[in-house]
Amino acid sequence: MSSAPLLQIQNLHAEVDGKAILRGVDLVLERGQVHAIMGPNGSGKSTLAYILAGKDGYDITDGRILFEGSDLAEMDVETRARAGLFLGFQYPVAIDGVATISFLKEAVNARRAAAGKDKLDAVAFLKQVRAFAAQLSFDESMLKRYINLGFSGGEKKRAEILQMLLLEPTLAVLDETDSGLDVDALKTVATGIESLRSPERAMLLITHYQRLLQHVRPDYVHIMADGNILHSGGPELAQKVEDGGYAEFQQSARTAQTAQA
Amino acid sequence: MSPLAQQTVDAVERLRDERKKYDFFTDIESDKAPKGLNEDIIRFISAKKQEPEWLLEWRLRAYQRWLKMSHPDWARVAHPPIDYQDLYYYAAPKTNVDRPKSLDEVDPELLRTYEKLGIPLAEQEILAGVAVDAVFDSVSVATTFKEKLREVGVIFSSFSEAVQEHPELVRRYLGSVVPYSDNFFATLNSAVFTDGSFVYIPEGVRCPMELSTYFRINEANTGQFERTLIIAEKDSYVSYLEGCTAPQRDENQLHAAVVELVALDDAEIKYSTVQNWYPGDAEGKGGIYNFVTKRGDCRGDRSKISWTQVETGSAITWKYPSCILRGDNSVGEFYSIAIANNHQQIDSGTKMLHLGKNTSSRVISKGISAGKSSNCYRGLVSIHPKAESARNFTQCDSLLIGDSTSAHTTPYIESKNPTALLEHEATTSKVSEEQLFYCRQRGIGEEEAVALIVNGFCREVLQKLPMEFAVEAQQLVGISLEGSIG
Repeated sequence: MSSAPLLQIQNLHAEVDGKAILRGVDLVLERGQVHAIMGPNGSGKSTLAYILAGKDGYDITDGRILFEGSDLAEMDVETRARAGLFLGFQYPVAIDGVATISFLKEAVNARRAAAGKDKLDAVAFLKQVRAFAAQLSFDESMLKRYINLGFSGGEKKRAEILQMLLLEPTLAVLDETDSGLDVDALKTVATGIESLRSPERAMLLITHYQRLLQHVRPDYVHIMADGNILHSGGPELAQKVEDGGYAEFQQSARTAQTAQA
Repeated sequence: MSPLAQQTVDAVERLRDERKKYDFFTDIESDKAPKGLNEDIIRFISAKKQEPEWLLEWRLRAYQRWLKMSHPDWARVAHPPIDYQDLYYYAAPKTNVDRPKSLDEVDPELLRTYEKLGIPLAEQEILAGVAVDAVFDSVSVATTFKEKLREVGVIFSSFSEAVQEHPELVRRYLGSVVPYSDNFFATLNSAVFTDGSFVYIPEGVRCPMELSTYFRINEANTGQFERTLIIAEKDSYVSYLEGCTAPQRDENQLHAAVVELVALDDAEIKYSTVQNWYPGDAEGKGGIYNFVTKRGDCRGDRSKISWTQVETGSAITWKYPSCILRGDNSVGEFYSIAIANNHQQIDSGTKMLHLGKNTSSRVISKGISAGKSSNCYRGLVSIHPKAESARNFTQCDSLLIGDSTSAHTTPYIESKNPTALLEHEATTSKVSEEQLFYCRQRGIGEEEAVALIVNGFCREVLQKLPMEFAVEAQQLVGISLEGSIG
């Protein structure tokens, strides 16, 4: 195992379709850690997630991101995924005609092929999928339905977590996985996320609210606004946001900026 | 005169007669007729095949008709004019001498595709036209199958064989669905066709296996003017598979086949095609021109004809498998996947002609366009005045990949009976960046992602294919779209 941190984000500036969104983000994730990024709408949280995954139209203009010591900018989307980077989408897209089970199989086998392994035996694969589906209360009949097509908000998020469990990423970036979930679904999804927590992996939870963080307790919480991390701390920060909102952090950031100037 | 001298005289006499008959041909034993098309060539083909007089006359009538016809210009395809005098109309199957000796002599590009399709070596050799003398598995399989068919009275043979052995059946049904005067290409085919397949399913028989031209692959080269005739007697059933997912080697640029299907009372014919002829290179050079006439006649009450096609090959595809719904309560179906990449041009669709009462038809067309290709669905649903309570459902979906391609939908509807119930749905969509990103984020490569998405788009049609075809067809969908992204 490499001694470099799992993920190092250094002075990251990025733009989306020519518009500057991220303005100098610094962040280090060590293996075994769970970090949460909280922030209001438009703060740049989702942009950070897409930049990590390598989405088209999301461009790094300054700074760099090292994943296990390698520059992410040198890797295309699928290479990052095969290297163990997983993005749980806020709004997973539907693909008509592609059964969920087929999609899962394709994804798992693509990962295995990249690792020089044979395709997974169909029986073993199905057994594994069923076990995870049960754990997530993901109805088995869903596996035959076309991926994300007509899924409810909760079903989509469960499907994302199911994929995460199957793909066993080293870095899971979960973008608003808690949105659109009722209390029970939130618990189930949180249990799924918790089950993947291990000393070899790190997770980056992107969220508006702290309710997911009550179930998946992060090691660090970062407050993001206006394309930057304004404040970092322990899990208690999440509670602070819940009580006082983001205004306080944004206010103090502005004061700091003014003082610097 | 000595017997030997007498023989020589006879031979000379015979030759002189034949010379009169075949004009400029010096040698009836020639394996190849000279280029060009005229009555003598047609007489030559017919004589080569030892055909009965009526068939020669039929060919000649077609030829005379063809001379008065002109090349159709309504399809959305463009190509330089075809010089019909610059083509060979008869060539005997290649001898082993002309063939590649082994796979080492075969175009590596072709072999790579075979490999991707997972075709076993022995079959690769046959497909690539390698001289194979050894009896291999599928030949013995074919023989076993033929015996099994004979037991139930099913006739499955080459067209030439059928002309010799079942002339009464051929004479009765040939041209009864696609008359020799039908259209430019069908008429040309009627004049010069060299071989094809013949199937006869006796009354009440359910054909015990899928019939496939594949089983005849090592038999005579059927050539560019192929003729297929399938007859399903009352209350019979047959599923017929044509073509092959593997791209086949062929030097002929022009293909003009005719397929005729006849379904009598309560009979059902399911005809599936996978067409993967050489489409030309990425710049649009070369490639097969495929001008096909396929038509099924639901002649009997409650009969059913179902066309399923996966069209991925050829530079130009001009093809409208159709159903004449003559019998009351008869059913016609058309399920199509047409993929055009690079410079390919497809003008394809179906005609559903409702003549009988309570006839119904269903059309599902999935067109995929990539590269600089052009893909046109052209369909006709026609309701005859006597076709009480006819129903049609048509769904045409187009999927675009990239920005330089075009998709067109040209549905014609003619209803002359107020009780008809006709539905038409059409959609056009693009392979979205979001979908590709989603797949790639899961580690699925870009080309695999396109294949996955397109297979999803085609799913409804793929499910209609017989099992043994479906898996290969799915792989083919991906392979034929390689290079369409980025």
